[in-house]
Amino acid sequence: MRRDREEGSADCQRAERRLREMSVVWSTLESYDQKEMNMGYAIEAEGLVKHYGSTKALDGVDLVVPQGRLLGVLGPNGAGKTTAVRVLATLLRPDAGRATVGGFDVVREAHQVRSLIGLTGQYAAVDEMLTGVENLVMIGRLLGLSRAEAKSRAGELLERFALTEAGGRAAKTFSGGMRRRLDLAASLVGRPQVLFLDEPTTGLDPRSRTDLWDVVRGLMADGVTVLLTTQYLEEADQLADDIVVFDHGKVIASGTSDQLKATTGAQVLEVRPLDGDRLDLVAQVVGEIIGAAPETAGGRVTAAVHDPAVVPVIVRRLDELGVIASELSLRKSSLDEVFLALTGHRAEDQPAQEKEEVPA
Amino acid sequence: MTALTTQAAPEAAPGRPTSRRVGPAATLQQTMTLAWRSLVQIKHNPWELLDLSIQPIMFVLLFTYVFGGAISGSTGDYLQFALPGLLVQNALFYTLTTAIGLNTDITKGVFDRLRSLPIARTAPLSGRIIADTFKQVWAFALLIGFGMLLGFRITTGVAGLLGALALLVIVALAMSWMSVLIGLKATSPEKVQMIAFSVMMPLTFTSSALVSPDTFPGWLEFWADLNPVSHLSDAIRGLLIGGEVGGPAMISLLWAAGFVVVFAPLAIRVFRNTA
Repeated sequence: MRRDREEGSADCQRAERRLREMSVVWSTLESYDQKEMNMGYAIEAEGLVKHYGSTKALDGVDLVVPQGRLLGVLGPNGAGKTTAVRVLATLLRPDAGRATVGGFDVVREAHQVRSLIGLTGQYAAVDEMLTGVENLVMIGRLLGLSRAEAKSRAGELLERFALTEAGGRAAKTFSGGMRRRLDLAASLVGRPQVLFLDEPTTGLDPRSRTDLWDVVRGLMADGVTVLLTTQYLEEADQLADDIVVFDHGKVIASGTSDQLKATTGAQVLEVRPLDGDRLDLVAQVVGEIIGAAPETAGGRVTAAVHDPAVVPVIVRRLDELGVIASELSLRKSSLDEVFLALTGHRAEDQPAQEKEEVPA
Repeated sequence: MTALTTQAAPEAAPGRPTSRRVGPAATLQQTMTLAWRSLVQIKHNPWELLDLSIQPIMFVLLFTYVFGGAISGSTGDYLQFALPGLLVQNALFYTLTTAIGLNTDITKGVFDRLRSLPIARTAPLSGRIIADTFKQVWAFALLIGFGMLLGFRITTGVAGLLGALALLVIVALAMSWMSVLIGLKATSPEKVQMIAFSVMMPLTFTSSALVSPDTFPGWLEFWADLNPVSHLSDAIRGLLIGGEVGGPAMISLLWAAGFVVVFAPLAIRVFRNTA
């Protein structure tokens, strides 16, 4: 555009030169932006597909994780979370699509990817016959550390994970939580820049779970990029910067926890009649007024509410019918409800209840 | 504008280099680390060592003192005949520890951990096979030593002894391809053990390893003559206590080569798909 200008007076030429200079600066700025963006994604996946026979474990998954952020991948069992992790960690070739980790292609440049990542799977992958120290020394030696370096790195990590005392015992004598910690320590021996945590707290007691959360937060503080899969909505809520929701091998929603909570509409109305027999009546009333069938479970009617004005209407109607509510509340929807709204089924019924029942 | 230039591109990845391939020196080191890992287990779990040792010892005792007199008229004569066969039987059974170990790694997730590391693809296999070969040599030495305590005599000399060991190790290595395939394919270590017993038991018993096939019914004798375990047993017997060596050793090596030709490509293909 600038070049089209006709040459005119000296003034004009000067102006033109300046403009050109500016546009050079501008394009430099633009290319910086571009670069920053490319470097900015530690993990990038596009259209990942993986079949197992006739079932599609991954059905076109796209996701990005900016450097230093934690992406929570949320979904029920069999949603494809683990398959996605296995593809990104170079353990599985995708049938279609592409993915990069740290800018390296997970299929063509798998070796480079492996030198950047740490992986902690669903099952604590430690050699049970070896001691804690030996497990970590083995990994250190495999990564090319000298014997002395491997030993000191092992000592460092054992201390960090409060395993120093147990370090000399065979891993098979460890408790579940200790094994997970050792497994996580093993994935950190090589100081990975990108860490995959595949359901790291599944099966752990609440105490071990919160311990592990603290460890993950510590890693985040070190600037490590983390992709964490979980069935626990609370876990994603607690740890993740961004969340993607998987169902049937697809990403069905993504955003921050708050954004996701906002997508379902808004708020959740819960009504519990004092007389349990009138639950159906309450459900009918709520359904009529909000125009959608509510859910009834646990002696309670639950419904997503988009317009808070319906609440007084419902209260009045129930009053007319002589129904006494022992509990009536309006609150922000939980991730659990977001999941329900998105998929039409609950993420997992057990974990939510477990959390309440097991004393911390 | 100076602010722009100071804001250099983000630092290159610190720490480990991101080279494309693993060099031969690193591959060797990784292999030895993984071999160490399989052998150091013995230190913590002496039972494994006993497991390794007690079964062959028990077999020698049982066969010598229970069947010996009935089969050969005297326990000493029988031991002299059967020990080479027991060595073969033990070596063949032992090849399956590779399958069991590999399968345990796969089911426990250790295999995935190793595969997620920037190491040579073959190191987990070669490390294990090296460790298992070491264990084979240990079991061989133990059985020979124990046999000699009971009265077994090597009548051929050191060359024969080393020859027998070499032949067994070669055959065992050839068979470890099959073992790798089983280890990769089986759904659990227990299944591997089941396969081991249901294939190895009849195979070693219907051969010249423990008794002379002369007394077998015709059809079984026909099979025993074909059975590779017979040829291997005859060769080991020849190497230790004298007798024909060349023919049976050659046939054994041909069988070993056949095993490699059939099972190596299969195992490599499955390993590639898994790895």
